Amino acid sequence: MVRNKTWTSRTWIIALYVLMALIAIASLAPILHAIAVSFSDKAVAAAGKVTLWPVGFNTLAYETIMYDRNFLGSFIVSVNRVLLGGVINFLLTVLMAYPLSRQASEFRCRNMYMWFLIAMMLFSAGVIPLYILIKFLGLFDSLWALVLPTAVPVFNVILLINFFRSIPKELPEAGYMDGAGPWYMLVKIYIPLSAPALATVTLFSIVTHWNTFFDGLIFMRNMENYPLQTYIQQFVVETSTQNVSSSEQIELLKRLSNQTLNAAKMVIAMVPIFLVYPFLQRFFIHGIMLGSVKE
Amino acid sequence: MNHGTFQKHYHLMLLPGIILLIVFSFIPMAGIAVAFQDFKIGLGFSRSPWIGLENFKYLFDMRDSRSIFFNTVNIAFWKIVANLLIPLVFAVLLNEVRYVLFKRWVQSIVYLPHFLSWVILSGIIIDLLSLGGVVNKTLQQLGMDPVMFLGSNAYFPFIVISSDVWKEFGFNTIIFLAALTGISSPLYEAADIDGASWLQKVRHVTLPGITPTIVLLATLSIGNILNAGFDQIFNMYNPLVYESGDIIDTYVYRVGIVQAQFGLATAVGLMKSVIAMVLIVISYQLAGRFANYRIF
Repeated sequence: MVRNKTWTSRTWIIALYVLMALIAIASLAPILHAIAVSFSDKAVAAAGKVTLWPVGFNTLAYETIMYDRNFLGSFIVSVNRVLLGGVINFLLTVLMAYPLSRQASEFRCRNMYMWFLIAMMLFSAGVIPLYILIKFLGLFDSLWALVLPTAVPVFNVILLINFFRSIPKELPEAGYMDGAGPWYMLVKIYIPLSAPALATVTLFSIVTHWNTFFDGLIFMRNMENYPLQTYIQQFVVETSTQNVSSSEQIELLKRLSNQTLNAAKMVIAMVPIFLVYPFLQRFFIHGIMLGSVKE
Repeated sequence: MNHGTFQKHYHLMLLPGIILLIVFSFIPMAGIAVAFQDFKIGLGFSRSPWIGLENFKYLFDMRDSRSIFFNTVNIAFWKIVANLLIPLVFAVLLNEVRYVLFKRWVQSIVYLPHFLSWVILSGIIIDLLSLGGVVNKTLQQLGMDPVMFLGSNAYFPFIVISSDVWKEFGFNTIIFLAALTGISSPLYEAADIDGASWLQKVRHVTLPGITPTIVLLATLSIGNILNAGFDQIFNMYNPLVYESGDIIDTYVYRVGIVQAQFGLATAVGLMKSVIAMVLIVISYQLAGRFANYRIF
């Protein structure tokens, strides 16, 4: 591209790069701050003297966490939830997207199912009826309460329907000629050809399961069953904001709480996201494009 | 192809998902009946007394309901506006960066907070903004008085909106960047030959080129006007800022689950769901008409 002379002038370009770099650093700064606090000396952190780099480096907070049974228990609940929820989400997304990606001429009831799905996505009864249902089903304190209500991620199903529809028709036709049934075609043709789309929706559901705290809060009565985010919400975040009536009380709670320990817990909860982030990023852009801006 | 024999397999594939949707999405809709009852969980649906529109009447008479509705729309509206304008400006500027590796790094970094939970991000923000936190320490060093940011109704909505921008602006930036790469370079070359300045090119080539994307994102966000962000506010607010920060969803939680007034909370949730559904349907229709967008 031919660029205009005035814009190409060096100062502008340098200013642009500096601005972009500053914005990027500012976006990352609060996260770096949390990491720095988690590795800092307790007293220095409490005095608010830690910014982006640990002061008085130590790993005491992490060593303490290693002996915190509640924290480790919650971590395991979250891992279980991600595994079970991720598998259920994956299976149901694939199983629903394939028949619904057929034309109405191939699958007679397709549009009826589709409308049902969209109605379920658009209208929700709200949190209270679901709460009452879970209570009636006796699912309080069960891992199933965390995975079954969101077992069908309707938005992901729609993304995958769109992706399946972009696969050339000749492939299933050839399969049909060779006598392949729908199950065989789904497993041997559609799933292998949709690897990037499947990776996208699976990562979506993994991140969602890892990050959700609210269902754990209302469906788990016993704190041993809290997933990690609910644990952090209750014991790290909530103690500093909720159930207080004056600013003095907030400050008191703040002083009693252990900042380096809290920061370390939050950092541990972020690590899995950092680990999948490179993959997320690669597939996610792809995923957004699947769902939006189509001609 | 003859698909007659395939029909039953298609039904079979859909069966597990449909059953789960019926149990966990459809049956709860019957629970909406609770909105018209003085529901006691010990009595169940059949024996709880029916009270007609009493819950709704109470809702409209309640002193707080106006401020809760205002807070919700206020916060949601400014989030929508900020999350369109800031990514737009940022994407146009970032698009000028020619050094691809730098561009990719910036993009990856600003996009990261989108994937972190509000529990974590709120925890970090609360720590930063507390009286003994880094922000107040810096203010003190500059000779200013410390500010109780999260206890102040003057600051709270602004903090909510700006921290939401921090978390989410990378997301829309990527969508805008994708739209920007779609603008054909001959248009820029023609503008160069006509001697257009950078601003003129932005004004006459770039902006018209991504207008469909802006319109699309704007219309699709209409459905979010009652979603001020439960996860975020729930983790950041405290009783001192209910006046400016209490929203419909946090109210439903406190009244319904904490105080067990199921009828009232369901009534509030029902009103919200109905309005949201109407707005989403309208926004999809508008998006279909103006931006040729179809989700299914």
